[in-house]
Amino acid sequence: MTLAWMAWTWPTAIFFLCIVAALVAMTAWEVARPQTERVGVLRIATTRGDRLFISLLGSAWIHLAWLGTTDLALWGASILSVIYALCVFRWV
Amino acid sequence: MDKKYDNRAWFMVLPVVLLVAFSALVPLMTVVNYSVQDTFGNNVFFWAGTDWFEDVLLSDRFHDALWRQFLFSGIILAIEVPLGIAVALAMPRKGWLVPVCLVTMALPLLIPWNVVGTIWQVFARPDIGLLGYFLNNVLGMSFNYTLNPLHAWITVIVMDVWHWTSLVVLLCYAGLQSIPDAYYQAARIDGASKWAIFRHIQLPKLHRVLLIAVLLRFMDSFMIYTEPFVVTGGGPGSATTFLSIDLVKMAIGQFDLGRAAAFSIVYFLIILLVSWAFYTVMTGKTKDSQ
Repeated sequence: MTLAWMAWTWPTAIFFLCIVAALVAMTAWEVARPQTERVGVLRIATTRGDRLFISLLGSAWIHLAWLGTTDLALWGASILSVIYALCVFRWV
Repeated sequence: MDKKYDNRAWFMVLPVVLLVAFSALVPLMTVVNYSVQDTFGNNVFFWAGTDWFEDVLLSDRFHDALWRQFLFSGIILAIEVPLGIAVALAMPRKGWLVPVCLVTMALPLLIPWNVVGTIWQVFARPDIGLLGYFLNNVLGMSFNYTLNPLHAWITVIVMDVWHWTSLVVLLCYAGLQSIPDAYYQAARIDGASKWAIFRHIQLPKLHRVLLIAVLLRFMDSFMIYTEPFVVTGGGPGSATTFLSIDLVKMAIGQFDLGRAAAFSIVYFLIILLVSWAFYTVMTGKTKDSQ
């Protein structure tokens, strides 16, 4: 079986590996320190998984907004996304 | 009492995970790969970076299709949800009429999308269709959905209402049936009006089924392709070209895989965001009321 039809590139492969790594890390974290839901600034009960989802979805939108509104390098959006994700994990 | 999660149960969903990986994740990954490249076929790809995303985000074609899509979903939700509740309230709760109503309601749901499209394509035609002929020759209107964008919109919306209101009706009916009689007895003792019963007993009890109904109808209408494609083909002009019709034109009609892939990812992110927001807002409210 060849994967040529999937048209892999290194950047997209690294992107998906990061997602997988995040899921594995979250699982390990969960096993090491089980959690309970909590209610944060959004007034909704979230687990760590929910917060990861909110971080990833928000990061995707931050990148899209960056591409749509500025001509600056995309790294800016990535840095902003990391800050956003940290805020989500701290306060949501 | 604080419940602790037993996450070992997740292993039980492993077969589903594998199935979804095969049917959804691998194709989605491929779309992501396409979105950063360009191709002229033959499985040869060139790196394009984020160009396609910028292209899609700044294109009027995408903005127009997106705006039409939101308008369409908004209109059909605004019609189908209240209408579905009203029909469910009007349906009998006991007797031989119950199965008759249920089967009649279920009929449109059993018809395949392309057949619904064909039915309405013929039904609304001004020359031979029953509806089109009636409007033009009996009521004296000049109804023509192939020429007039407004008529095309009305046809597509009425078709969707015809096809999918039943789903909302059946869900609401099931919700209404599950309300214990004791609530109604209590309401009668208090001398509650019909409106008060609806507002304070039926509507709150329908909350969960309405959540499902709104989510399903939103997602389905937001992805709608076959019916408007069969009826109007996205026309007249591009008046009824919704996101998925535009996407297919781009991907298969023009074989513009990179741009279409970027388009689908933006499309996917919109659906994900709106569905998440819907779900969070609506389940959040139920938690408060408990």
